[in-house]
Amino acid sequence: MLNSNIQDRVIRGLMWLSGLLVVAILFIIIAYISLKGISAINLDFIFDLPHRAGKEGGIFSTIISTIYLTLASLIIAVPLGVGSAIHLEEYARRDSFFARLVNLAAETLAGIPSIVFGLFGFVFFVIYLNLGWSVLSGSLTMAIMILPTITRTSQEAILSVPAEYRENSLALGASKWQTISKVVLPSALPGIITGVILSIGRAIGETAALILTAGSSLGMPAGLLDPARTMSVHLYILAMEGISMERAFGTAFLIIVLIVIINYLANLSLRRMSPAGRLQ
Amino acid sequence: MDNLKLKSESIKVYYKDFQALHGVYMNIQANRVTALIGPSGCGKSTFLRTINRLNELIAGTRTEGQIYLDDKPIYDKDLDVVELRKEIGMVFQKPSVFPMSIYENVAYGPRIHGIKKRSQLSEIVEKSLKAANLWNEVNDRLNSPAARLSGGQQQRLVIARVLAVEPQVILMDEPASALDPISTSRLEELISELKKHYTIVIVTHNMQQAARISDYTGFFLNGDLVEFNRTDELFVNPRDKRTEDYITGRFG
Repeated sequence: MLNSNIQDRVIRGLMWLSGLLVVAILFIIIAYISLKGISAINLDFIFDLPHRAGKEGGIFSTIISTIYLTLASLIIAVPLGVGSAIHLEEYARRDSFFARLVNLAAETLAGIPSIVFGLFGFVFFVIYLNLGWSVLSGSLTMAIMILPTITRTSQEAILSVPAEYRENSLALGASKWQTISKVVLPSALPGIITGVILSIGRAIGETAALILTAGSSLGMPAGLLDPARTMSVHLYILAMEGISMERAFGTAFLIIVLIVIINYLANLSLRRMSPAGRLQ
Repeated sequence: MDNLKLKSESIKVYYKDFQALHGVYMNIQANRVTALIGPSGCGKSTFLRTINRLNELIAGTRTEGQIYLDDKPIYDKDLDVVELRKEIGMVFQKPSVFPMSIYENVAYGPRIHGIKKRSQLSEIVEKSLKAANLWNEVNDRLNSPAARLSGGQQQRLVIARVLAVEPQVILMDEPASALDPISTSRLEELISELKKHYTIVIVTHNMQQAARISDYTGFFLNGDLVEFNRTDELFVNPRDKRTEDYITGRFG
């Protein structure tokens, strides 16, 4: 009796410690980066173009490149991912060969390291399709990388929509597609957006695959076929080539800020769009 | 004088290898309430769902036989199921409102059937909510979430949503089983009013309810329609020993 009581307390303490550690690690990283990076941050750093390989000037073109690449990969991957999730959950029979194949593909894709995608993107998009190091090559590669996440989270979101909604809608004389588009997808939207947020995080953080496919040009990309350097790639080059540690930390700080802003906006739209939130 | 609305001929339903119904014949009269009773698993809900062909949603289900709506065979190859379900509405056991406003829930059916004009939709919404005895309780908050209504109100909202499509027949699958006694009696009142304009088929496991609200009753057992008769006849003078045993509470 006493023994199990002590055991209980020890375990509870350990769990508490794990939680504390998670918070502490996050806090320390953010505090450290902010401390080291904030001195580099000013309006010029954010809104000026880089000069002398990033030693001088700002990082504006890399911020725009990051947003550009992220949006382009979402535009490619979201319709495909949500579409395949709708197919798997609403149309395919769960035990069909094709459904199992798609599931297997999504799982396998999710586990492949990004550098492997980068190598494929380099050989296929950059060289074979002759798209060069460009926003397009980078976005296509990134789209393949985030596709499994979007498919999986959309699948789960669609699966969690109560079966009664579908029955009621069909019994009212709605077609299958009307039921999916007007009842199922709106109810699944919060879950789908969660997958999109995760994907944005991954896209912003990606480095290796993008060096191979989008290049590392510091210019402002004007079109889809222009090369681009994202913030993460910039950070990597600044640090690896010893150009400026202070500016690397400044860039890191802005990456974190960008991710926080995106998460906030996504949460906001989530609350707006989800039925419960919109109606309150 | 009763008019035939639905006529079922030798309806058999199979779930994979299991036969759930063994050839059901039933005449359902227009503007009357027909109750289907019987113990769990007897096939009464399965039969109800053959009328709007909802069993087809379950993979591995096979239906044989024919049902006529007026003179229209609903198991005809060329029949448009979507059109059929506009004529035959359904209220389920658990009130399932969509995660939308009260207004949008009722407007859902008319909208998918092509009505776009706001004034026309509002008219339908008001009329349907009034017919479902819900208008007075919700007319000041049509845009608030339907999920905030009580269970009884939700079930009446579901009925309003069905009425908005203007069906001829309304199927109800144990619509009161999740409701408290007061909501149940309001629902029963509503059913008596609705039969003036609609043909109602209701599955219930509550025999008092069947006796109170229905004009005809069918008793199902193990996939057979054991007895079908006017409700007052069936409950007072059951012809089959099994019906008598069931309604006197000897089993089930």
